[in-house]
Amino acid sequence: MTLLLSHLSRHFTDAAALDDVSLAIAPGEFLALLGSSGSGKTTLLRILAGLDYPQSGSVTRGGHDLLSMNARERKVGLVFQHYALFRHLTVTENIAFGLRVRPRHARPSRTEITDRVEKLLKRVQLEGYGGRYPAQLSGGQRQRVALARALAVEPDLLLLDEPFGALDAQVRIALRRWLRNLHEELGLTTVFVTHDQEEALELADRVAVMNRGRIEQVGSPEAIYQQPATPFVCEFIGKVNKFELQREQDRMICGALDFGADLWAKRYDRAVAYIRPEHLALATDTGWKARLRHIYLAGSVAHLELALDTSEQLIEVDVASEDLLRLGLQQGAELYVQARTATVFPLANDTGEAKSEDRRVLRPHQQPY
Amino acid sequence: MYRRRVLPGFGLSLGYTLAYLGLIVLLPLAALALKASGLGLSQLLQLLSSPRTLAALRLSFGGALIAAVFNVLVGLLVAWVMVRYRFPGRRLLDALIDLPFALPTAVAGIALTAIYAPNGWLGQWLVPLGIQIAYTPLGVLLAMAFVGFPFVVRTVQPVLEAMDRDVEEAAASLGATRLQTFTRVILPMLMPALLTGFALALARAVGEYGSVIFIAGNIPMRSEIAPLLIVEKIEQEYAGAAALGVVMLCFSFVLLIVIAQLQRWSGRWAERST
Repeated sequence: MTLLLSHLSRHFTDAAALDDVSLAIAPGEFLALLGSSGSGKTTLLRILAGLDYPQSGSVTRGGHDLLSMNARERKVGLVFQHYALFRHLTVTENIAFGLRVRPRHARPSRTEITDRVEKLLKRVQLEGYGGRYPAQLSGGQRQRVALARALAVEPDLLLLDEPFGALDAQVRIALRRWLRNLHEELGLTTVFVTHDQEEALELADRVAVMNRGRIEQVGSPEAIYQQPATPFVCEFIGKVNKFELQREQDRMICGALDFGADLWAKRYDRAVAYIRPEHLALATDTGWKARLRHIYLAGSVAHLELALDTSEQLIEVDVASEDLLRLGLQQGAELYVQARTATVFPLANDTGEAKSEDRRVLRPHQQPY
Repeated sequence: MYRRRVLPGFGLSLGYTLAYLGLIVLLPLAALALKASGLGLSQLLQLLSSPRTLAALRLSFGGALIAAVFNVLVGLLVAWVMVRYRFPGRRLLDALIDLPFALPTAVAGIALTAIYAPNGWLGQWLVPLGIQIAYTPLGVLLAMAFVGFPFVVRTVQPVLEAMDRDVEEAAASLGATRLQTFTRVILPMLMPALLTGFALALARAVGEYGSVIFIAGNIPMRSEIAPLLIVEKIEQEYAGAAALGVVMLCFSFVLLIVIAQLQRWSGRWAERST
């Protein structure tokens, strides 16, 4: 059953948390809502869970209106950043909670509940922990209990609110992979909220990037990373070098740097260009002249900070650590940089607003492959 | 066993604590027991089995229990309203809650009597309806409830404030009704605090003297509390009064131990296993 969100708006007293958001979520899909705090992603999740309601818009699942149901009726599994476990109940009792509160005619028998809890404990790799209280578990274990508790009621939709936010980096990565496997096993429609782009790109089938209550772009992790649709997505996802361009006759330039031919038939005078550090290459003879300021060695990749000769603008270039050794680069070295691809958004002449629909990819130093 | 600690002075502080407790709490109690032992066994039994003594003890402890239960119910409600709702005058109300602590108990007793006496503000309407409060056991309960009121509010309030809304939302999304969320999630988490408040309110009500004697009328066998009986006994025979005191002390001690055990059991989930 497709989950259809259309034209959702939610205003709090001071600001709009959601501003005309529409989204379709396919059955079995693993969707990430990615955004910084205040972007509206949590509000959207809470609306899906029935803990908050929009002022306008609709949410339907398989044609049924979801907003007319309250949280209890929605068959939604919810996992919170801070686990929200029942501290006074054991792990077993926590997992069984959703089954035990059912009205008598819908409640499984006692042995059935025990059975199901056992299976879930196994699934979340916590066999033998059933008798413990949440206070006696580590963060990662608590989050798995929370997940088992949400799965126990056999929800149609699993919602995760920053599920790994409170965990150590190592536990976080392990749990992430484990969650992805679990999703592949269960095929449960899953929506999770995160501010961690790495997490979103690694885990999700599709990512919705949110900013100021709007969805900036929805797409596969590759699309989000490789073809960012708006300046916000460019700047939010990954690292990027930003250049302010001007049109001179039929060329787009940034100071003395030539970005290539104007592709908008002289409709725009200015534009912004974004170039990812890995889309800049070092060269010895042609390209933009620059001086090496710093080398930040980060394992397999080296981040180089360069000052462009012409504008004194600092740019970042990523190269493989091996290449760095091979080239024998030193701080202060003079070299050339070639930009292979730049994502360019023209700016409206009157308002200066970026025209995302006229986005183009320029290749300032096109190389024959 | 010698271990380095972050803060030194364990020996000193423990020694001080024990010496202080001995001096302030145990010494007077020992003196009480010593005085009581001046009474022979048969005399003691006679004193304790006298109908008047039994009636006074029953009123003191029974009344205190009922007043404490009442305070738990009302206190929980008040704490809930104070924590969960925002309304004008909330801070003022919050300050008012502690007034029963600050008021001299005699003043409280006189004020209550003035209101509920047959010619008082409320009494003049209640008495014709057959509800007599002043000079009856009901008046004793009222005074006991009054002086113990702040305890439950003040013990429950911080716990309720620290409680995450997440937990209630989780319960709702798991299919719990509001009533189930309250009885299965919120109440169990408040239980240790409620029991603490209950114990404090109970202890206060058992020991209360000043406010009760004004409104009780102190009719033997009917509205006479044990502390008053003790005061009367002092004028006749010292040992008898001391014996009554010891009996009250033992009773209270047993009650408080039972409550402490209940409290530990209800809060067992908060203990970390090692």
